[in-house]
Amino acid sequence: MAYLELQRVAKTFNGSPVLHDINLSVGRGEFVAIVGFSGAGKTTLLSLIAGLLPADSGTLTLNGLAISAPGPERGVVFQNYSLLPWLSAFENILLAVDQVNPDWTAAQKREQVQKYVAMVNLTAARDKKPAELSGGMRQRVSLARALAMDPQILLLDEPLSALDALTRATLQDELARLWQEDQKTVVLITNDPDEAIYLADRIIPLTPGPGATLGPSFPVAIPRPRDRRELNHDPRFKAVRCGVIEFLLSSRRERHTALTKKPVLPDIEPEDLARPRRAFGGRARAKRRSEVKEETVEVR
Amino acid sequence: MSHYVELFNLTKVYATPAGPAVIVKDFNLRLKQGEFVTLIGHSGCGKSTVLSMLAGLNDISGGGIILAGRELDGAGPDRGVVFQSPALLPWLTAFENVLLGVDQVFYTATRAERREIVEYYLTVVGLGEAMHNKPAELSQGMRQRVGIARAFALRPKMLLLDEPFGMLDSLTRFELQQVLVELWRKDQITALMVTHDVDEALFLSDRIACMTDGPEAAVGDILAVNFPRPRERKPVLEHPDYYPLRERLIEFLEFHAHRRNPPGTAAAAPPRRLLREPASPRPGRLKEITVNLF
Repeated sequence: MAYLELQRVAKTFNGSPVLHDINLSVGRGEFVAIVGFSGAGKTTLLSLIAGLLPADSGTLTLNGLAISAPGPERGVVFQNYSLLPWLSAFENILLAVDQVNPDWTAAQKREQVQKYVAMVNLTAARDKKPAELSGGMRQRVSLARALAMDPQILLLDEPLSALDALTRATLQDELARLWQEDQKTVVLITNDPDEAIYLADRIIPLTPGPGATLGPSFPVAIPRPRDRRELNHDPRFKAVRCGVIEFLLSSRRERHTALTKKPVLPDIEPEDLARPRRAFGGRARAKRRSEVKEETVEVR
Repeated sequence: MSHYVELFNLTKVYATPAGPAVIVKDFNLRLKQGEFVTLIGHSGCGKSTVLSMLAGLNDISGGGIILAGRELDGAGPDRGVVFQSPALLPWLTAFENVLLGVDQVFYTATRAERREIVEYYLTVVGLGEAMHNKPAELSQGMRQRVGIARAFALRPKMLLLDEPFGMLDSLTRFELQQVLVELWRKDQITALMVTHDVDEALFLSDRIACMTDGPEAAVGDILAVNFPRPRERKPVLEHPDYYPLRERLIEFLEFHAHRRNPPGTAAAAPPRRLLREPASPRPGRLKEITVNLF
């Protein structure tokens, strides 16, 4: 049996279906990325796994146990960092360690925090408050906090979407390294197919909502560590990239075509506002496209 | 040979306390009618300066621009601009935002015709259901669709796109690129786009002009992109030339990115660089090109 297992999970908000017939199984130590459009229900799905929201129907199990409430065995990293602003980076992480391991000695706790602060390269900034840190650094704190609880599974909810491209690339490298080091089970939610291919073992697209469901799995059989430049030459990279993007775009197109009606465009030409208005004396009627004489413009 | 748009020896100089700063120097580029050209370059190299001079939003210090046989002087509705952030008026609906410009440019048309034009473009960009919503009720991607519809509805001679999808997530970006390419094909408008997204440039352009680094930026290499049109995402991604071209562009940007930083600072000392990150990065505002990003 898979480590994390979701069977026929559905979720409805105010009568409108958000998620519908979600089936997912993730093996121990696997890195799975769920890719979908914003508004598709990705965060709802993650909140169900985290136990922050109850499912309307279906079963969710982690390591054979039903998921009913949030717990320290599931570490969550949110897009908006969710750090306590009055605590320093160190204290934010300590708070989590404190909650999960109340029977440890103070020295043990501090050592644990220290270790994870170092792991995310934040030692120099450990005593700074979140407001004094950049977005990338705040996300590092948030990541260290989740890891320091030593969860069985790491749930990442678009952790890098709010960051600029350069910082995002750096943190992607770091995520890949951290995952290699302790091979935790990871579920990453993202809207960036390239990020998913770079990091994950398997990519599962989430179709556009309402009533979103998971599409087919795209395994990423590219050996690690992965190199962005070499990926560009890798036929497996090209195939997965094309497959995921095309699946998501075509599932969205179907939805759009169902909605559109046929509009008509009047065949009139715009007026030249640099010339005096035609309202007085001149022709006060719009020019039809059929009346326009062909002009050829010769520049040198 | 006839050209529809010509930028010749275009130069931009700003006066600073330390003397004149030459941002763009002797920038030359010609576009044929109906051509889609992209300017790509490292952040801060002056690509947006060129575009804003073409839009008439920025004074020209030297050289000139000819559009359809006339030298440009100031801004006008014959050039439709799509900005990175759509800059919609928040108290008007999407429909009214587009109608504002249409009323100006089609003042000889009937009221019904003007409304038809607005309706047409908003429907084509996929806002048929939401055109009477205020911007606050629309998602970021939908707002940018309004921005695109607004630019096309004026039926401009030329379309100027300044990192039009820079604030959107990558999937929405792919989707809006398709919307844009279809509209562009239908209306056959000459277009100049500024971007640092390599995939975006390849998917949309007929030619890609690589800009050298500022100060004194000019046009470096020009790449022809010959994927068959009309373009769909899948055949383009599967085209044998796609990844070689993509790599050339990434390499170009990487080379220029490296030239900007003293050697060693980029890769060798990440913690130091991280400390220099801006305090509150807003994804859209930062224009860093992603050197080792895809």
